[in-house]
Amino acid sequence: MAQPSQSPARSVFASLVLIAVVIGGAAAAFAYTAGWLSPQRLTPNKLVDALTPPTGEPLGHRRNHAKGICFIGVFEANGAGTALSRAQVFTRGQYPVLGRFNLATANPNAPDATVRVRGLGLRIATPDGQEWRSAMIDPPFFPVSTPQTFYELLLASGSKDSNAMTTFAAAHPEFAPFAAWAKSAPWTGSYAEDRYNSLNSFIFTDSSGVEKTVRWSLLPAARPVSVSPDDLAKRGPNFLEQEITERVRGGPQRWTMVVTVANPGDPTADPTKAWPEDRRAVDVGTLTVQAIQAEPDGPCRDINFDPAVLPSGISTSDDPFPAARSAAYMKSFDRRTAEAKDYPRTATDAKP
Amino acid sequence: MISDRQRFTPLQRLLHWLMAVCILAMLFIGVGMVSTVEPKYLTLISTHKSLGIAILLLALIRLAVRLRSGAPLLPADLPWPMKVAAKLSHYAFYVLMIGMPLLGWGMLSAGAYPVVLFGGARLPAILPHSDGLHALLWNAHFYLAFVFFALILLHVAAALFHALVRRDGVFEAMAPVSSDATAPVPAGDEVASAR
Repeated sequence: MAQPSQSPARSVFASLVLIAVVIGGAAAAFAYTAGWLSPQRLTPNKLVDALTPPTGEPLGHRRNHAKGICFIGVFEANGAGTALSRAQVFTRGQYPVLGRFNLATANPNAPDATVRVRGLGLRIATPDGQEWRSAMIDPPFFPVSTPQTFYELLLASGSKDSNAMTTFAAAHPEFAPFAAWAKSAPWTGSYAEDRYNSLNSFIFTDSSGVEKTVRWSLLPAARPVSVSPDDLAKRGPNFLEQEITERVRGGPQRWTMVVTVANPGDPTADPTKAWPEDRRAVDVGTLTVQAIQAEPDGPCRDINFDPAVLPSGISTSDDPFPAARSAAYMKSFDRRTAEAKDYPRTATDAKP
Repeated sequence: MISDRQRFTPLQRLLHWLMAVCILAMLFIGVGMVSTVEPKYLTLISTHKSLGIAILLLALIRLAVRLRSGAPLLPADLPWPMKVAAKLSHYAFYVLMIGMPLLGWGMLSAGAYPVVLFGGARLPAILPHSDGLHALLWNAHFYLAFVFFALILLHVAAALFHALVRRDGVFEAMAPVSSDATAPVPAGDEVASAR
């Protein structure tokens, strides 16, 4: 007698268990995908958190390259780049540029003479509605080979353990050339005298679909004059911004854009390794910086110079950095746009 | 609008299951892409954008079909809180299916990001460049994604409850194929009251 009356109850119970298993399984899969079950996963949040300087999070500012100044200008393509890429930006013509000179520091108030690496962010717009964004720096190679190692470098350089950097350098011999560059490379007194390099490799695709792996650089027209960091320090904490503002007021500043093509077998995935000097290099045009604008009210403040924003004809390569940079830059952008009140525009009230 | 049919139309069922796959993929891609710096990040985010626009288009088609074809009656013996929950959840699904892609598109527009889909198609900005708007829409897009996933879990639990425990025909109304063997007695009001 008991059996028939128990059976439906048991079947209901089994059904409820099944439902719980399905829902629990789906929730667990979601949590796993989100990384909540993998604390060791390198996430954009962890990478950006690791950039936090001793002075605290630079609220409202970029989480790295936090100090900078906007410029506007033009990129004049000479047409030579069309042999490498079908992107319209290489077709002979002039295209508007929005950019930003910057210092590779997470502290927006760092004195200029204390920051070894300088950078240039660029956005070139073309009439076909496409954009080429790029963020370049002045060392000839990158300090580390992978995003994971970059994270370890950030942890080591931010560590209170005085041996952390020694330990890091010992574990990563690929860091040595950069350390040597940082120690001995000459400093200049102007953003206009520096050469800026993509360091990461990208793929250029021409109109017939042929792909080449390339890197690019901006070579300054101004002659670099070497100045010791001690002398630079005497020029004040913001001498670079003051100098470039006055310099451009006196006349536009120019850089030649050179695209270097890898040979088969060149280390395209490793930005610590420069390619041999004899590689094919194509002068594709000239960047002219026509006006400087302070960042708080400038057009570059709310632009993410995401290196993965590329026109058709340029794409990412086997270099793992552009993806990692894109993810981290977007996280930085998400944070700072939510903190606008901490970095207000100064002229907002004057606008209608 | 309510029809006297016991099942959703074949077109409605096709749209439901196609979108179920798309939306689940979308939510997993979303939480996956924001938690990685690996090269797959770029593939995931570009898929997220294209799939999001596909879902927006499908959702608009589905809304039009729903307004035209209606939905089968819920079982008369379904307790009223469950009826209300079912109704509200359907409204919420339509709001999210249409709203989430628009929030994502608007967020990218406000952040001055180009919106590039598979095949190189470029969508215009639907909002002006604004840090405040970007932050607002980012928050909405982010938190509503978790609401969306929770709602889907609830929906699946309810569907299985109808299919396995109540066996009242509600699941079969949206089942991808009709299976006469498991089809229950009709579940409309008349039938229920005649029982």
